[in-house]
This record gives sequence, structure tokens and C-alpha cells, in this order.
Amino acid sequence: MSLSTTDVKRIAHLARIEISDTEAEATLQKLTGILGLIEQMQAVDTTGITPMSHSQDVTQRLREDVVTKTNQREEFQKIAPATENGLYLVPKVIE
Amino acid sequence: MEWEVVIGLETHTQLRTKSKIFSGASTTYGAEPNTQACEVSIALPGVLPVLNKEAVKCAIKFGLAVNAEIAPRSVFARKNYFYPDLPKGYQISQYELPVVGKGSLTIQVGDTEKTIRITRAHLEEDAGKSVHGAQEGMSGIDLNRAGTPLLEIVTEPDMRSAAEAVAYAKKLHELVQWIGICDGNMQEGSFRCDVNVSVRPKGSDKLGTRREIKNLNSFKFMQQAIEYETRWQIETLEDGGKIEQATVLFNPDTGETRSMRSKEEANDYRYFPDPDLLPLEITEVDKSAVEAEMPELPQAMVARFVSDYKLSAYDADTLTSSRAIADYFEATVKAFGGEPKLAANWVMGSVAAKLNEEDKDISASPVSSTQLAGLLKRIADNTISNKIAREVFDAMWAGEGEADAIIEKKGLKQVTDSGAIEAIIDEVLAANVAMVEEFKAGKEKAFNALVGQCMKASKGKANPAQVNEVLKKKLG
Amino acid sequence: MINSSLKQLGAMLASKQISSVEMTQEFLDRIAQHNAELNAYITVDAEKSLAQAVAADQRIANGTAEPLTGIPIAQKDIFVAKGWKTTCGSRMLENFIGPYDASVIERFDAAGAVNLGKTNMDEFAMGSSNETSYFGGVKNPWDRSRVPGGSSGGSAAAVAARLCAAATGTDTGGSIRQPASLCGFSGLKPTYGLVSRYGMIAFASSLDQAGPMAKSCEDMALMMNVMTGFDERDSTSLQRDKEDYTRDLAKHESSDRPLAGLKVGQPREFFAEGLDATVAKVVQDAIEQYRKLGAEIVDISLPNTKLSIPVYYVLAPAEASSNLSRYDGVRYGHRAAQYTDLMDMYCKTRAEGFGAEVKRRILIGTYVLSAGYYDAYYLKAQQIRRLIAQDFEQAFKQCDIIMGPTAPGTAFRAGEKTNDPVAMYLEDLYTIAVNLAGLPGMSIPAGFAEVEGKNLPVGLQVIGNYFDEARMLNVGHAYQQVTDWHTRMPEGIA
Repeated sequence: MSLSTTDVKRIAHLARIEISDTEAEATLQKLTGILGLIEQMQAVDTTGITPMSHSQDVTQRLREDVVTKTNQREEFQKIAPATENGLYLVPKVIE
Repeated sequence: MEWEVVIGLETHTQLRTKSKIFSGASTTYGAEPNTQACEVSIALPGVLPVLNKEAVKCAIKFGLAVNAEIAPRSVFARKNYFYPDLPKGYQISQYELPVVGKGSLTIQVGDTEKTIRITRAHLEEDAGKSVHGAQEGMSGIDLNRAGTPLLEIVTEPDMRSAAEAVAYAKKLHELVQWIGICDGNMQEGSFRCDVNVSVRPKGSDKLGTRREIKNLNSFKFMQQAIEYETRWQIETLEDGGKIEQATVLFNPDTGETRSMRSKEEANDYRYFPDPDLLPLEITEVDKSAVEAEMPELPQAMVARFVSDYKLSAYDADTLTSSRAIADYFEATVKAFGGEPKLAANWVMGSVAAKLNEEDKDISASPVSSTQLAGLLKRIADNTISNKIAREVFDAMWAGEGEADAIIEKKGLKQVTDSGAIEAIIDEVLAANVAMVEEFKAGKEKAFNALVGQCMKASKGKANPAQVNEVLKKKLG
Repeated sequence: MINSSLKQLGAMLASKQISSVEMTQEFLDRIAQHNAELNAYITVDAEKSLAQAVAADQRIANGTAEPLTGIPIAQKDIFVAKGWKTTCGSRMLENFIGPYDASVIERFDAAGAVNLGKTNMDEFAMGSSNETSYFGGVKNPWDRSRVPGGSSGGSAAAVAARLCAAATGTDTGGSIRQPASLCGFSGLKPTYGLVSRYGMIAFASSLDQAGPMAKSCEDMALMMNVMTGFDERDSTSLQRDKEDYTRDLAKHESSDRPLAGLKVGQPREFFAEGLDATVAKVVQDAIEQYRKLGAEIVDISLPNTKLSIPVYYVLAPAEASSNLSRYDGVRYGHRAAQYTDLMDMYCKTRAEGFGAEVKRRILIGTYVLSAGYYDAYYLKAQQIRRLIAQDFEQAFKQCDIIMGPTAPGTAFRAGEKTNDPVAMYLEDLYTIAVNLAGLPGMSIPAGFAEVEGKNLPVGLQVIGNYFDEARMLNVGHAYQQVTDWHTRMPEGIA
């Protein structure tokens, strides 16, 4: 598995991170090193082993269906980059 | 060439919980923007999801209602994509292990019954909304809806016409309201359908390339959209074109579908199990507890109406089109105590017509089931004829009181006294000699005309059966 | 006072020898004196801290004080605290004022502790040297040309330089233990699920765990009593009875062989290639000391140790790439000043808001989760994660506790590894497996190694079975009763 700068740019776009050609070049080198490290895993036979997502074998606890939250819009929108009439403003969303 | 359309549906059903699926924020519709967007809804750094018990219960109810497998262990996954109405940059959904597995729903199209296979149903959170026209070149984001619980119900591509798709959607819409998991309000977006449409030469067993019509929130639009889309696909293929997989939107103003702005890259949602949530376990005990709370399902009720009330399958189906109608009907039958078919005719006839005329729900009917039963009793004991009963019913609808009081006040009691009836008949025979002659000459129709005259002379109050009988004797 | 234990500080407050306000002021003065050089704190707010001290003094006066009431504790800047700037070491959150309190913050508040300030850290806890912080690196108080370790580097420097009575940290792959080792104090990462993650800004959700960073095991036990406990707002928080972590500390204090009967496992793989020889010597000496305390040392194997690094560098970036998607410039945090449309706003905001290491990890995570690679990377890593957890399960059949080095070397020079991420990642060779298994792990000062004429601290790592923190603290305490490494202070901070 070898990565190209095109791959790096595609991944960066998927992650919504702007990346210049020179940055992509430098990033490629470092990512290739890291992926080389990761590649060690492929030597292990993991047939039949159940993937482990959590360290404790416990199941999801459920919340009672109760409204516990009150309106905190003012407080929360104090830290917002742009709002108007209680709405968060973003550049136009086109479908 | 003859073409066949193949349709599958994905329905987003908003679950009727008080609070959101992963937080204690309210789900009430129509609040001021972002006043129901708590720290979890707006995805502040550090916040975590905790699953709402009621949402899980709704999923189990649905699973039981469509005879589906309910997963003893299901897993929440993150669906990653960037969109301003998706605050975390991922939607918590279920991917590989959904809570509800394979099930089915039977629909009726014309005279034929068809079983639509349900592939799966999974729990997920709704996104917020983009509001346009805030500032020039800007959109406003309202996150009140973000985190509202959804059950996404997915079918196999089992439908072969717009009519079938609509019948399925209607049936599902009925069912989710019946079991009380969704308010069914399509205007408010509580029930939204994505429809996958593809066409193929009739007889082929290969599926064509599908296009997905997003977010249909009315059955009428669904019908129109599928019909348009089907035509468009067939025309495209017949013109030698190719169908590209796409997501399209339906424009009700033009009646056309159009492709959404083409995505710059193919979607790559990078699903993986959400590490903030643990596997959801549903035991047999949990299932039984929900089962005990389940209302009788429409299908079981239809069967019971047919066997207990001797109704036709058609009548039983109509009366179970909603739980409110079924409950009204059963309450009427119970209070009435007479022939259930009579009650069925009235509920499906006059009651339904009036409701329709006034665009009212049965829960808003001015004539209650007990009042209707009061009227039916008077029909059954021959106090009034069916025709007079309709007049009484209209008066009841207008709020003039109980059936008995109206009959009394208006003097509508049926004439059953044989002497009185004979007197009326004699009068009519004397006044219609020509008709009598015609009858005697073999014109059967004249008899009915004479009955009509008698009824008219009695202002409709004479018992028609009695009139028939006496008239026959007299002419005999 | 600055070298006193929490218990001693509590006693001083209780006896009115000193007030919380005075104590807090003294630490604030020390911060004013040393922070410019060490850069341990990102935010100090004397007014807020002193207001809490006033309230604490009232509690002490009216007799409702708890063990930590009035004691100034530094909080890693990963915990959201209401009204406090909470940056997580990132430009993305440079001006983010916490609108609510993290569970950990709430618990210290309820205990009456004083929040002394928010400590520097690697950006979003991604780093082993504190050099990825947007607010600049932190200097190791033992040698200011060197790093304090990371990601809890600010808390580490603050504890080592006695700029707080104790501090909190978080540990995803070694972020409490490695800086504890490099800065010569005690740090504990509890069993996953014991400390609520609510309000602790997520890096890798299935591995992140908060814990104490303090001068001694006794201090850590007191901190654990405050920090642990069930929280219904965190689905992964474990429902267990509340424990008193100090309960075993006094148990064997009078005995010569207080740890008789304790079986200490020494994993072969922790002493293999990659371990600095001087560090190995210090760790071996510490284990020898344990033999003298009565412990039996047994040879064990954790065969998949080496794989923990590749597994970690799949799982942690994968989770992180998703956890950090919320920083999009819409609702809070940095938003680019110039952009053409929504896509451009996203891409510029995130390119500007995140530093190089964070971006790298987001890219790795995005890549390993992307279509076609999930099975080969993510799923495979989760399978090996199980093998790693099973290694420990086997090991704990042969011993009660595991001991080895915390880090492969001593503190390295600033800039030494910044251009080689892989070399930096190897710093966590001995700590990561513990996070993957969800086990508790601790680092305690075990001595010093001479490097280029300077004595640099070395930590001994102690790994326990699930929920065995009380025993680990007891084991550490027994050692700290007969050694004085933990009381040593760097020069020039008095």
C-alpha cells in the first residue's frame, strides 16, 4: 500500500482540511512512515478473533424519557462565530 | 419494449418521545430557533450521548408489529460527513447491526394483497434544519430538530408501481400511528420517505440503476414523483441514454424530479462503531414487557371483525384504517348491542362522509359513538326508517341533541299501525288508478312507484316493509 | 509548604495555620514567578481561584470541609470549566469560554478544591512532548532544554515545579504516566470507566481516561476519592460502589516486609530492545527494592506489546478524526476570516485551527476508516486489541501486579523528535497497551539517570488488574515509605 499526493489530497478533502501541494508532499512522507508502522499488523493472523470496541463487557444504559434541558440559547450563542435571530449563520447551503 | 418499474422505500419516522434520542432536550415541534438545542444538540466539546429508553421501546414495538427479528444485541455507529445541520460532523445511526431485522408488511392494492419485505429498521438521530433567506448569501441553522429520534425503515425493492409504493407508505403511516410510535404528521416532517426507483425490461431479473427521490412528505407527491421518474427513466433508456445513480428532489410546482447538486466526491461515510455508546441489549423479558403494552394490531383486528362481527374483509379493513376509527366503531357496536353490520355501514357511510366533508378527524366527531348507537337502536326497533335516520343524524351532527329527543321533537316516529298504513294505501290507490291498471297489466315497475307514493304520502314515516306487504295483499 | 502532601496541607488549613486564600495566593505567586519560563499554565485567573478559596475558607470555618477543601489543584485544559477559557491546547478553541462544567470539574468544586488554573497540553492531547500545543511548548523543570513529556505536559511541569498542590491529567496512550516519569512525580491512569469523561474534550473516546498527577501515591488516593464515581451522562461510566482509595495505605506501614505475598510480574518485552540502558538500571533497582519489601518477582510475557503501537495509531486517529469533526467553525471556536463558500469555510477553518500533528492524525484516521480500508485497518486493529487485552488476562493469572519502565528513556530535548512522528510514537511503547486493555496504570518516581551531566527522573510503571487501584496505590505507597525519590525537587524552583 503506497500513498500518493493525490490520495493525501483526497483524504484531506474528505476531512475538510485545506492542503497546498507542498504541504501534501511533506505530509505524504510522514504519513507513509506512519502507515509503514501500522503495516506491522498485517503479519498477525486474526482469523476468528472478535474485534474489541470496549474494554469492559457492559451494555448500553438507558435514560428515562424526560425533558431535563432548558433553553440556553443566549449562553451558547455568545461563543458562536456568527448568529442572527437565534440562528447560526453559515455561507449559503446549496442542495 | 415493455418496462417494469422496481421500487424500494426508506422511511424516516420521527419517534414520539418527549426528549431527544441522546439528550434531555425537548422534541416539541415549532419552538423558536435553537431554544431546544442543548449542549449535546449543538455538540459542544466534551459532551456525550446517553440513549433514550422510550426510543428503544418504539423500535421494539415496530419490530413486533411487522413480525421482525429484534436483535438481542445491536450497535450504534457513526456516519461521518460534514453538513452545517449536522453538529458533530457525524450522525449516530446503526449500520451493521440494526435493532430491527427482517420483517414484512402486507398491503392491499385493488383486490390483490401483496407482502412487502422489510429489510431492517434502525434507530438514528435527526439532523437540524437550514433556513434560507436569513442574510444575503447566508443560511441560518436551527438545531432544535437535531437529535430527534428516528426509526429508519427500509424495504426490499418489492414494489412494482407508484400505486403499490403509495399503498405501502400509507399502510406504514397507519401502522406507526396505530402502535403509537409516531404522530404521523407529514407536514411537520414526522414521516418522510425516500423512494428508490429503477426500471428494467419486463421479465428481466437484473435490477436497473436506481435514482433516489429524497424527502417526500405527501402521498400525492410520492405518486407524482414516482410516475414522473419512471417515465423519465424509460424515455432516457429508449432514447439510448444511460441512467446514472443519483439523488433527486421532487418539485411539486413543476411535477418533475431533478438531480441534487452533484457531489464533488462519492460519499464515503466512514462508518465505525460509536465508542461513546455501548452495545444495546434487548432481552426476551424486555420484548415481553413491550408486547404486553402493545395494542391489538390492525391485521388481528381485521380477522376478529370478520369472525366476530361477520363483516366482509373490505369493511373490516376500512374500519381499521386508523385506531381511532376502529375504537369508535367498536364502542358503537358495544353501546348499540344490535347488528354490527348496521353500525359498520353507518361509520363507513354517513359518519365518514360528514367527517370528510368537514375535513375532521373522527376524534372531533360531533356525534359520539354512544349517540350514534342511540340512533341505531331506533332503526333496529323500527321506530324510524333508514331514510329518516339520516335526517335525525344530520340534526344530531348539528348539535340538536340525542336521537330520541330529535325524533320526538320532530315527530319522525315511523308509522307501524296497520290501520293507519292501510288508510294511506287506500288513499294512494284511489288517487293513482292508472298505475294500478299498469301493474295489473303486468308492469312490475308500477308496484315500486306505488310504494314510493305511499312513502311520500306518509312523509317517509310509514314502515316500508309493512307498506310493501299490505300493498301486495291489496293488489293481490 | 510547597513540598507538603495534600494531607499535610489539609491539616494546615484545618488548624487555621494558613487559610485557603493565603495558600492559593502563594501558589499564584509561584506561578507568576515561574510560569513565564516553564509555560505550564495556559490560563490563570486569580480572581476566580481566590473566590473559590474564600468559599473554601467558609466551609473550613463552618466545619463542612472535606479532605481537599481549600487546596489549589491545577486542571488540564482539556476539561471544560464554566466561565474558564478551555482551549485543549488548540488555536481552534483559543477563545472558547466553557459554557458548562465537566464532571471532573464539578467533582473538585463539590469537594471544595480551588481551581488554580488550566494547564498547557499537546493540542487535543495528541503528543508525547507537549510540543504540539498552540500555546507553545512546556519546559521540563529538571532541565529546561528538555520536554516534560505529554500530552499532560503542563500539569506535569506544574506538579514537578510545585506550581500547584496537585493536578489532573488525561491519558489516552500514556499522557499521564509518561510525563510523570519524565518529570519525576506520581501519575495514575485509572481503569477505563471509573472517571466520567463528560466534559473532558474527546481525543480517542474508547481509550481516554482522566486521572491524578501528584507528588505521592497518598496524594493520588485522595484525588481518586474525588475524581471517580458513576456519572449517568457518560454511557461508558461504570456503575460501581464508591471506593475509599486511601483505605489500604496504612495497612503495612509498620512492617519490614509490607508486601510479603505480593507477586510482581516483570514482562520480558518491557526490557527488550528499545529501552535505554540507564533507565533499565533504575527500573531494575526499583524492582529489587520491591523484593526487599517482600514481593516475589516473576518473569511474565506480554507477547503482543510491540503491536500495541500500530494498533493504537489506527484506533486513536480513527476515533479522533470523527471526534474532531465538530470543529467546523459553525457554532463555536475558530472560523476562517476569508472564504468563498461553505466548503471553503470548512477547509480553511480546519486548516487554520488545527496544528500539524492533529491534522496528521485526522488524515490517518480518515484514511483507515475510508471505503475499502476499514477491514484491513480498523477491524484488524480491534482484533489485535483483543489479543493485547488477553495477554494481560494471562499475565494476571501468574502475578498480582506488573512492573516495568514507564517510558523507554528520560526526557528528551525539545525539537529532538518533532520531525519524526514515528520516533515520537515509540515513546508510548510501554504505556499504550494499558489503554488498549482498559487497565489501570501508574508511574512513580524510581530514581534518576545521569544524562549529559544532568540527573533526569525515571519512572517505574505499575500496572494493575481492573479496579485494582487501591492495591496499586498501596504498593506505590509502601515504596514511597522507604524511598525519597518522590520528595526530590528540581533546582531553582524553591
